[in-house]
Amino acid sequence: MTDESPRTGAAANAAGDAYPGASEPLLRIEGVAKTFGTFRAVDGVSLDIKAGEFFALLGPSGCGKTTLLRMLAGFEAPDEGRILLGGKDIAQALPHERPINMMFQNYALFPHLSVRDNIAFGLKRAGMSRADIVPRVAEMVALVKLEGLEKRKPDQLSGGQRQRVALARALARRPQLLLLDEPLAALDKKLRENTQVELMELQRRLGMTFIVVTHDQEEAMTMASRIGVMKSGKLAQVASPRELYEAPRSRWIAEFVGDINLFDAESKLRDGHRLVVGTRDAGTLVVAEPRQPLGDVKFSVAIRPEKIKLSRRGPASEAGRETAINALDGVIADICYLGGTTTYKVKLDAGGIVEASVANSARLDVDAYSLNQHVVAWFTPDDCVVLPS
Amino acid sequence: MSARRIFARPARFAAIAPYVWMVLFFLVPFGFVLKISLSQTVIAQPPYEPVFDLTAGWAAIQAAFAALSIDNFRLLASDDLYVLAYLRSLTVAATATALLLLIGYPIAYGMARLPKRWQAVAMVLVIVPFWTSFLIRIYAWINILQHDGVLNQILLRLHLVSQPVVWLSTDTAMYIGIVYSYLPFMILPLYATLAKMEPTLEEAASDLGAPPWQVFWLVTFPLSLPGVGAGVLLCFIPIVGEFVIPDLLAGSNALMIGQTLWLEFFTNKDWPVASAAAIVLLVVLLLPLLLYERLQRRQLEER
Repeated sequence: MTDESPRTGAAANAAGDAYPGASEPLLRIEGVAKTFGTFRAVDGVSLDIKAGEFFALLGPSGCGKTTLLRMLAGFEAPDEGRILLGGKDIAQALPHERPINMMFQNYALFPHLSVRDNIAFGLKRAGMSRADIVPRVAEMVALVKLEGLEKRKPDQLSGGQRQRVALARALARRPQLLLLDEPLAALDKKLRENTQVELMELQRRLGMTFIVVTHDQEEAMTMASRIGVMKSGKLAQVASPRELYEAPRSRWIAEFVGDINLFDAESKLRDGHRLVVGTRDAGTLVVAEPRQPLGDVKFSVAIRPEKIKLSRRGPASEAGRETAINALDGVIADICYLGGTTTYKVKLDAGGIVEASVANSARLDVDAYSLNQHVVAWFTPDDCVVLPS
Repeated sequence: MSARRIFARPARFAAIAPYVWMVLFFLVPFGFVLKISLSQTVIAQPPYEPVFDLTAGWAAIQAAFAALSIDNFRLLASDDLYVLAYLRSLTVAATATALLLLIGYPIAYGMARLPKRWQAVAMVLVIVPFWTSFLIRIYAWINILQHDGVLNQILLRLHLVSQPVVWLSTDTAMYIGIVYSYLPFMILPLYATLAKMEPTLEEAASDLGAPPWQVFWLVTFPLSLPGVGAGVLLCFIPIVGEFVIPDLLAGSNALMIGQTLWLEFFTNKDWPVASAAAIVLLVVLLLPLLLYERLQRRQLEER
């Protein structure tokens, strides 16, 4: 992206345009709500997004993430709340008046226009002169590597190529904010993974602010610098991918993002800065005390499968010491070989089932366990997360 | 492939059925009309000659062929009456079709944007006039438009006019009748293309900075052109040959070709000239059809 190229029309107030106070968020969503009939699709969402962020809205279908995105684009008007872009309330502005562009899930390419005319569409509407449009289109075509296909119509392109045209068209106006609605959902797995990396590179290179809506937690984790998880119209947690995975705020988030073993607590005893928890399915577990005091609520102990180690004999451990380790006896009940890792289901002697994900670090399976083999599943107190039920 | 094998397969038979239909009910009658158009009128039964008599032998048939001439077509070209009738038909059809498009497009667009279950209701409302005979509906218009008809009574009651307006036997009445009768044929193909159009296309256009009127002109309208073409053809072609509506609602000072044809055939009993007029009408109407098909093929080739 050439910053010295002249900017005209609506494209002029694009990304590079600074506004007072760089620490101020680019986008501020304040108590936004939207109701369809009696269904509250978005229910009081507040969120700040800084310039240059790659933000992901993650949630199951029907959680309100798409409605929120459509309100940012201007296709829906919020019933309550404000949407501030660079300090200015745009909640009631029409889509064509916003310096925001969107990449649609179905790409929404104009079937009667060529690749070139699709990309130039927004530039012409911005009143750019032909002399400026031609190089900008060429730049966009090069950016998404579509050289030689400029004259094609959308139905002469492959799915991946169409996705690139949609991206180029949305980027061409250099919007302050780019919205991407399930941008990779229509691509096959391999192409999707490559495109994830390309999107990240592009976002970093252009220094633009991206908000992507996705139901695919892996996609969100890979690309986004921050993720907002939505559930029933509300933001359940806003955090970095790592925090979201390692310190989910609720049981629902822990289960939605990745796989997790959960054991319901029946009793708890404080022991310094650790808790000794009695569970029904996994016996007694030693866990690190959560940052927020638990009070009297019911809770579960959660451990990610890759945090659990398996061995034939239990590790040396001294209960009551800093090195205390949770060791659970059991037998292998199920083996699922996934290539890079193998997932073992261990039936615990205490009754529960624990899932352990083990990296296949050697090509020959000398370390592999077999069905019905007795093993010890172990993990440290720090690997456990305490989640209110 | 033998005929037996063709008919042994229902799918194959279904494929040739339209051709059989076309030959039996279009090409053969067309041959008759063409032959009559090349004959001369006489006061006889049938009212033209020569008459092919297949029993009269080879020489007689040759003589009959020799008697055919294009005199009737020469007459059509030389007589102002026919040329003017064709021109009036084309003008009326073009004007009416333009009016239909102007009225039908917003209705079709509104229908396509209704919630799904209301679309079905709107569709029924468009089709429901077909449940009454076309002729009865035109007579109803006579009733509305006549000197002391409903329209004049309303206008007088509202003090919009001081004395009854002459509606009947004017071009206005004819256009009202034509637009009213053909509106469903304009709305339905337009609605079909507009309803299946991806709504995100319009959203994308407005997202890219197009105000509503540009969204319409740059995206919605160009993408609805196949529907516009179909609607225009479905209205224009039958209106050119329209006979009943102009005969009942328009004045008698200027005739459309359908009326002229009827006069030649039934009043003047001049079958050959009437047939020639019909053949010319057919050729005139084939032109827009061929144009439309050329356009569609070019669009397909571009893909």
